[in-house]
Order: sequence, then structure tokens, then C-alpha cells
Amino acid sequence: MDFEPKILGLLCNWCSYTGADLAGTARMKYPPNVYTVRVMCSGRVDPGFILDAMRAGADGVLVCGCHPGDCHYVEGNYKCLRRIPLTKKLLEGFGIDPRRLRLEWVSASEGGRFKEVVTEFTEQIRALGPLKLNDWAFAEQPLEVHEAA
Amino acid sequence: MPKPKLAVYWAASCGGCDIAILDIEDKILAVADFFDLCLWPCAADFKYADVRAMDDKSITLTLFNGAIRNSENYEIARLLRGKSVVLAAFGSCATEGGIPGLANLTGKEAILDYVYIKSPSTVNPDKIYPQPRCKVPEGEIYIPEMWNTVRALHQVIDVDYIIPGCPPQSDQIAAVVGAVIDILSTGKPLPPKGTVLGASEKSCCDECPRKRDVKKITKFRRPFEGPTDPDICLMEQGLVCLGPATRSGCGAKCVSAGMPCRGCYSLPANVRDQGAKMVSALASVVDSTDPTEIDRIIATIPDPVGTFYRFSLAESFLRRKQA
Repeated sequence: MDFEPKILGLLCNWCSYTGADLAGTARMKYPPNVYTVRVMCSGRVDPGFILDAMRAGADGVLVCGCHPGDCHYVEGNYKCLRRIPLTKKLLEGFGIDPRRLRLEWVSASEGGRFKEVVTEFTEQIRALGPLKLNDWAFAEQPLEVHEAA
Repeated sequence: MPKPKLAVYWAASCGGCDIAILDIEDKILAVADFFDLCLWPCAADFKYADVRAMDDKSITLTLFNGAIRNSENYEIARLLRGKSVVLAAFGSCATEGGIPGLANLTGKEAILDYVYIKSPSTVNPDKIYPQPRCKVPEGEIYIPEMWNTVRALHQVIDVDYIIPGCPPQSDQIAAVVGAVIDILSTGKPLPPKGTVLGASEKSCCDECPRKRDVKKITKFRRPFEGPTDPDICLMEQGLVCLGPATRSGCGAKCVSAGMPCRGCYSLPANVRDQGAKMVSALASVVDSTDPTEIDRIIATIPDPVGTFYRFSLAESFLRRKQA
């Protein structure tokens, strides 16, 4: 079976979500692999969202916010800019390729850029393959035990 | 009327929790008065067979410390769950995997290989590993089988209450034990299942006496790299302090003494992953908006996963290092 990446897209309300909307209204074609969630600001993206998404089956996470200097809340995107590299370090520590997480700036007028980012990131995740987490770590019932004397 | 029965068990733990129970000083006499001890491997010689012979739900209270990392831990956890009316995860290891949970950053084979072959103090030319089963002239003998993944207690059995801490502070233990005795002797209702006992809902920062400004930093440093100011937030002095991602209840002992919080009191009520919360908290003190400079600053944290998940790796979203 061909692998279709599942990607969570966390898009900021003021720029990137509008940019994605523009890509749609302009009828640009791009892969349908990104499941978008609108957040008020890229600074609202808790690193926990990213880890939780990967645990729940996402093969990659794409975070998009306003370009530096353009944040509706002045510096929310800078918060995001500082969190993402540290989150990538956590992913590395857990043995997950940090390229599965990407931060991009997409403004409200950049429908074309949104299309490019999604296309490129989907191809990257496709090349990396499915994110397989160790099932045993999550299994409800662990190994059989033998009764000790 | 027979006394209520009390069991204290250690699974994958260091014994510090058992010592912490003894540290409640003279109140231990009230415990001994009120309860009939039926299992406490660290302190008294009871046999598993005696516990197996007991009726189901005949132990009133079990304090279970230690993580679950082998077949014996799991077997006794299941046994005690069946025999106990109330079972509490006691200490960090039982609550969230604790220090043994850091073994999830490698695996069973790598650990056995290091301990029995590669460690500098080992001489083992025949490469003898412990085997779960072994034939000897007298018959077959076996030892518990080690698991590849360390788990928190609630990941393998149903847990009624949680008492966090590494170890839980003795004043908190005394308060919890006192409350239990009060409830049992007066017939008051038990707290709702899943309640965290001996700790509060908020974070360690809420208890911390240090002053917090909005100072940002350009380098993280470790505690041994010079003295700290006694009145200012440790994070603002460049130390990786897990206070924002750790439950309060310890009395902010470490931070008051100038040591950054290590994160032993488990997660505050509104946090689901300690490491993720730490990433958020640390990102807000990094003083830069330039990606290269940000990379340089965070590179000064030596071991982010081991530091942020020192006690909670087995309970984190991702739980272990993937193969």
C-alpha cells in the first residue's frame, strides 16, 4: 500500500490560515495531506501539541505563523521561533527525525507560498516514511508473567 | 475488631520511599498501632505466598513505590491490586516512571550489554548474561524477566491515589497517613479516585520565594558553574529549573537552597507533558530573535530530554526512545 503522510498543520489565524484560504480560493493545487487546525497565534502552539500529535499518529507537524515583525500580538511568532528548535532537540532525543517538524512563515497574501510549503513538506515526509512509534510502550496489556514461587 | 491491613511495596525503586515513610518519626508508632502490617519487603520479612493466601480486598491500604520494569514488579502489582481496597502510587517512580524511566532512552539489550560486558569494572570473557530460566542439578530455576520499557504503575494496573515526590516529603506523608487513619476510624468518605495526595495543584514556582522579573538570558549554565543570587529566579540566572513544569507540595526546598528544581513532584494539574512545558518556559527566557543565536543559546543545555524528563519520561507523550 502506498504511504500517504498524515500531517498536522497548525496555522495562525491572522496570516497563515488566511494564506491557506487564499490558496484555496485561488484554486491552487497542492497535496491534501495537511490537516489544518487554526490557532490564534503561532505563539499559542504549545510544544505539547506537537508531541501529542506525533503520539496520536501524525507523521509530521507543520507550524505556520506571520513573518517576523508582523505578528498580530507583536511577538508571539518569536516565542514560536524559540520553541521549535528546542522541540526539535526533544524529538531527536526520542529518536524521531527532527525534519518531521517544520516552522514556516506564511503571510495572508502568500497563497502561492503556502502551496509550495505544503507540497515540499509532504514530499519530505513521504521520503522519511511513516512515523512508527513503539507499540509495546503503549500496549494495554504487557507481557505474560510467570508466577514466581 | 481486627486492625486494618497495610502493605508497602517496592518495585523498581531505590528504597528512598521506604526510608521517607520511616522519616515521619514518632508518627510511625501511630501507624504501627492502627494498622496491621502484612507486607513491607524493605523493613520486615513477609512472604509473597502469605499475601497470595489472603482474601481479595483484605488489605485496606497499599503504598506502592517503584516503577514497573520487570515481570516480578508487574506480578506483585497485579497481586496487590487484587488484594487491596485502596492502592496508592507512592513516589515519583510509581507515579510517572521516575529515575528508572530514563532507561527508556535506551533498551534492554543495550543496558545488559553495558552492565555485563562493556562497563570498565566488568570482567566477563564468557559473555555470561542473566537468563530468566536456568537448569541446575536441582531443577529449573528462574529470575524475573527484564522489560524493554519501564512503565509507571497506572500504566499496568488501576491506581486509586497518587502521592508524588522523590521521595514524598515526610511532613506530607505524615499528613496523608493521618488523614487516612482519620477517615478509616470515623467513616468519613474517601477523596475522589485519582486525587493527588500530599501535594497541591499548582506549580513549584507558586511556592518559590525567589523574585521573578522578565530578565532574559544569553547562555544557560549548570549549578556548579559559579554561585547564584539568593533572591532572584534561578531560570533568570541561566539555570535550567523545572519549577514551571513541576507540581508544588515539596515546600520549594531545592530552589530555596539555591539548587534548580529537578522536577520530582510530578506534573502540575494543567500540564500533560513535562518536557513540552519546559520547552515553552525556557523559550520565553531566551534573549534573541535570531535563529542562529537561538540555536547557540539552546545548545548550552547539555541533555534536554534527560533534564526535562528526569522523572517523567515513562509518563511523557512519547514514552520512550524509538528504535
